[in-house]
Amino acid sequence: MGEASATERDGADTVRGAEAGDGAVIATRALTKRYRGGQPAVDGLDLTVPAGSVFGFLGPNGSGKTTTIRMLMGLIEPTSGTAHVLGRPVPRSARAVLPHVGALIEGPALYGFLSGRDNLLRYDAADPTADPRTRRARVAAALDRVGLTAAAGKKAKAYSLGMKQRLGLAAALLQPRRLLVLDEPTNGLDPQGMREIRGLVRELASDGTTVFLSSHLLDEIEQVCTHAAVMARGRLIVQGPVADLAAGARGRLVVTTPDTGDAARVLKEQGVADVVVTEDRVTGEVPGRDLAEVNAALVAAGVRVRGFGAERASLEDAFVALTGEGFDVAG
Amino acid sequence: MSQAEAARRTSPLWTLGLFRSELLTTFRRWRTLALLGVLAAVPVLVGVAVEIETGDGPAAGGGGGAGPAFISQITNNGLFLVFTALAATLPFFLPMAVGVVAGDALAGEANAGTLRYLLVAPAGRTRLLLTKFATVIAFCLAATLVVAVSALAVGALLFPLGDLTTISGTRISFAEGLARALLIALVVAASLIGVAALGLFVSTLTDSGIAAMATTVGLLITVQILGQIPQLDALHPYFFSHYWLSFADLMREPVYWEDLTRNLGLQALYAAVFGSAAWARFTGKDITA
Ligand SMILES: Nc1ncnc2c1ncn2[C@@H]1O[C@H](COP(=O)(O)OP(=O)(O)OP(=O)(O)O)[C@@H](O)[C@H]1O
Ligand SMILES: [Mg+2]
Repeated sequence: MGEASATERDGADTVRGAEAGDGAVIATRALTKRYRGGQPAVDGLDLTVPAGSVFGFLGPNGSGKTTTIRMLMGLIEPTSGTAHVLGRPVPRSARAVLPHVGALIEGPALYGFLSGRDNLLRYDAADPTADPRTRRARVAAALDRVGLTAAAGKKAKAYSLGMKQRLGLAAALLQPRRLLVLDEPTNGLDPQGMREIRGLVRELASDGTTVFLSSHLLDEIEQVCTHAAVMARGRLIVQGPVADLAAGARGRLVVTTPDTGDAARVLKEQGVADVVVTEDRVTGEVPGRDLAEVNAALVAAGVRVRGFGAERASLEDAFVALTGEGFDVAG
Repeated sequence: MSQAEAARRTSPLWTLGLFRSELLTTFRRWRTLALLGVLAAVPVLVGVAVEIETGDGPAAGGGGGAGPAFISQITNNGLFLVFTALAATLPFFLPMAVGVVAGDALAGEANAGTLRYLLVAPAGRTRLLLTKFATVIAFCLAATLVVAVSALAVGALLFPLGDLTTISGTRISFAEGLARALLIALVVAASLIGVAALGLFVSTLTDSGIAAMATTVGLLITVQILGQIPQLDALHPYFFSHYWLSFADLMREPVYWEDLTRNLGLQALYAAVFGSAAWARFTGKDITA
């Protein structure tokens, strides 16, 4: 099709545009949300989620993850700034965008007096683009996909936490989606269930669905995500490919010794950069040369070494380093 | 590729599908069924009480001004139990049931969190609100018909049926009496639209279903009490309950239309005012529940 017809179609209900241009499925500019009176819950967020990525959205409790997701889904109005999903502005074009988006927001919500299957029938009936003729088949397929076929006839109030979570996921999978937004999708799932969800996310991603998932479980993000962003107190700290983020918090050489002064001098002589002394530990960047030689040099200089080794940095180290170690939720 | 990129078509019958889903969801709630059960029981109680008293006695009010006029005729003709039961339930039971269902309509979904999933489906706020309003009105009709049908069944069981005398003293056939009873049920159902719109508006104000139900029923009681205070005479014509008992005018010969049309006009006014207020509130609201 030609350029002209593409432009024409844009005026109609097509969902493309910016996405075709810069490859972003979600793009926000200076997105800010201030709940009535209080501190900004989300403050000047510039988020870019590339098409086809599995994007991990990280942050401590109260850092604004759910608030961001609610703005992206058109549930709450931003105080300022703009957000585009699938190339179209939200909340203005939410009606055109949302049929392509499956979402799990702050846990599942179900009609307790309806069976699992009837819950899905109800949610599907709320989608204007869902074909009523294929409804039952699609509901059955979604139930099967999350392993709930056997419990489909049970009242939802009798579901366990993990079963409710699965049913919520099934609701997000009622139609083929181009974007899945999952707010803490493995919350309440058993280890087997978590693995299944990870498998499901990978499978969807390989079909070309972009997955945007928030989580506290860093190893989970490390296992499935290609990209990640870290939030703290409503601000975006960093975003990018997961490999780059983990590399940003490179592993460090750690020497435990009572002779910290001598150890630090020797390490510098051996070409170790950024040497830091804390109590009985001396740490520094991992040098390019063989660590055995570094160790030999320490011993030769008479440094009493209790422990020696390179500590690999996990995403968790990166996360804690970026968001601050305090356990308390920011007010 | 362009196929996948194009927006999905909206099914033309979708709004009806949403309405159907809404009806099913509402009428499968235990609470809705309990309310309808209570309403069905009222004519049984009235019928049995009348049967035991067998005719005479002052009939203890019978609920509302139009009550006693009808209640004394029940023993002659069971059809009058329909009019009596509607007159007995209209001041409180019926509007209370409607207030509960309307108050819960959006606030209950917000409370359960299901509202956010309906909206990201995306049901659309205006369409969801209209669907909710249509469903509450369907409930008004269902509730009124439950009272009327239950009353007709009890009346037929306990008392003779036949030709009847209108308030004006003329005789009409049983068939015409039945037709008028149906018309009265429709008018009573329409009389509840004001409460329905008010309840739906209250429902947009809070995320607690219980609070919305309690507020709506509280408003209903307040209006009923204020309606009894003569010093507020000037305000009374604007109360949604002011012309409620005008349905009895359908039993006159000829039918006296003035208060009936005023009632319907007032209900339409309430629907317009509180419907718009509900729309303004709901479409501009942050959904944080
Ligand atoms: N409805 C609301 N009214 C007022 N403030 C709110 C509301 N919802 C959230 N907040 C505030 O906004 C901030 C961000 O909350 P949000 O729920 O987005 O965090 P989160 O990152 O999703 O946290 P968690 O990891 O615990 O789910 C918090 O400070 C919270 O107190
Ligand atoms: Mg959250």
